[in-house]
This record gives sequence, structure tokens and C-alpha cells, in this order.
Amino acid sequence: MSEPQVGRSPPDPVRDPAFKRELVTLIPHLRAFARTLTGDPTAADDLAQDAMMKAWDARASFQLGTNMKAWTFMILRNQFYSEKRRSWRQSQLDQEAAERTLVAVDDPEAPVALDELRLGLGMLPAEQREALILVGAGGFAYEEAAEICGCAVGTVKSRVSRARRALQAILEAGAYDRDGASAGDAMHAILADAERLSSLR
Amino acid sequence: MQMQFGVEDMIEHVPMEDKRKSAAALDEARLRQQAIGVKLRQMFDEVVNEAVPDEFLEILRKAEPPKGER
Repeated sequence: MSEPQVGRSPPDPVRDPAFKRELVTLIPHLRAFARTLTGDPTAADDLAQDAMMKAWDARASFQLGTNMKAWTFMILRNQFYSEKRRSWRQSQLDQEAAERTLVAVDDPEAPVALDELRLGLGMLPAEQREALILVGAGGFAYEEAAEICGCAVGTVKSRVSRARRALQAILEAGAYDRDGASAGDAMHAILADAERLSSLR
Repeated sequence: MQMQFGVEDMIEHVPMEDKRKSAAALDEARLRQQAIGVKLRQMFDEVVNEAVPDEFLEILRKAEPPKGER
């Protein structure tokens, strides 16, 4: 997977429409990945839009036939971390916004298990969280996740495995930070909910 | 003789008990990891299945130069 080239790609009447069609199908996935990185829906959509435009501008450097989903996820992730690096103060604000959103439960009807899962995920180190999301939710192979994160395959494997163990321990201990309310048994809620979901399928 | 019986007893029964226990614990851990996996995918897919805000397509449309400029 080649790094996206900075700068605008010249128009290509043959390739551009096909590229654009595929890019449009990836928008929902970019939004979902951005949501897990920022934790904040508005910031996530800004990030996903920036990444979409970066991908469009760099389309000449994309090799047709290779994995465009992984390529756009790499662009989105690079964008997220370069924005964070640009200003420490801003990244602090982002972090606070992310924590607020991870803790805030907008929908009182939302299934308890998902809230607990979000809170638990929020407690993992960022590199473990993104590895687990890419492999466990995004459907990427370890090799693809390694390319997206710019690290070795073995590193991704160990991050995913540490993330899984840590998340399970957090959920079992009820150690996630929930103000006021009792911790409850998140693991049992998740087990029950997962069983219900699988029986629906 | 009594001592020997005690040792045999341990060899015969205790390790078997341990094996059963660790196998059950492994099954339980596997079940829990599967459940976490199901919920992780559900969390991600909920956003994937949301309607894409119009803004995204508008921005992409604007990025394309009008036909006359090509």
C-alpha cells in the first residue's frame, strides 16, 4: 500500500468516476472509524470529511485493484494524529471531548451493554483501542491493520490480544468510570445481549 | 502405606480436577471474548448503517471541476 501523495491529482476522466464511486461506498466506514478515534460525532464527521477529501486529492497515487478501504483508513488515521500533534492544547481539548462523549449517554434507552463497552474501550491505551477496532470490528486482517497503523504485524497481534484481555477484565471488574450509577455486571449484560443478537441472525 | 495412598490419590484425582476446571475456564473466556466481539461489531456497524449526511456528497461534488474546465 503506497503512501498517499500530497497535492492535487490531475483530472482523469477514465479513472475518476470509478474512484469516486468506490470512495462514496467507503464513507460510512470512514465515519465509523473516525467515531471510534475521536469519540465525538461532530469531530468525527469533520475528520471523515477531511480524510475523504485527502483521498480524493491523492487519488492519482492510489493503485487501482489494491485495498481502497485500508488506504482511506490509513489517510484518516494519519490525519487524526497529525491534527493531534499540531497543537497539544487542541489535543487536550479533543481528549476531553472524547472522554465526555465516552461517558455521556445521550439515549437513555440505549442498550446498557453498548454503553459499558464504549466506556471500557475508552480506558484502553489509544494504540490498543485502534488495533482492536480495526481487527475486531472493521474486519481487517492483521496485515492490513499493520499497514494502516504503520507498524509490524506482530505488534498489531500483541496489541489486539492485550486489548481483548484488558477489555474483558475491565468489563468483569466494572472498573470503567461511571459517575453515580452502580457499576453493575457489564460482562453479563454483554453476554446476554450478544446471545440475543446471535439468535436473531 | 497410608502415605503412598495419599500420593496416588493426588495423582489420580487432583490433576484431572484441575484439567476440567481449566478447560471450563477456557470455554468461559472464549465465550466472553466472542460476546465482546459481537458487541464491538454492533457498535461499529451502528455508525456504518447510519444515513450519510448530505454534506459529504456535496463536498465531493464541489471538488470535481465543472465539465467545461476539463
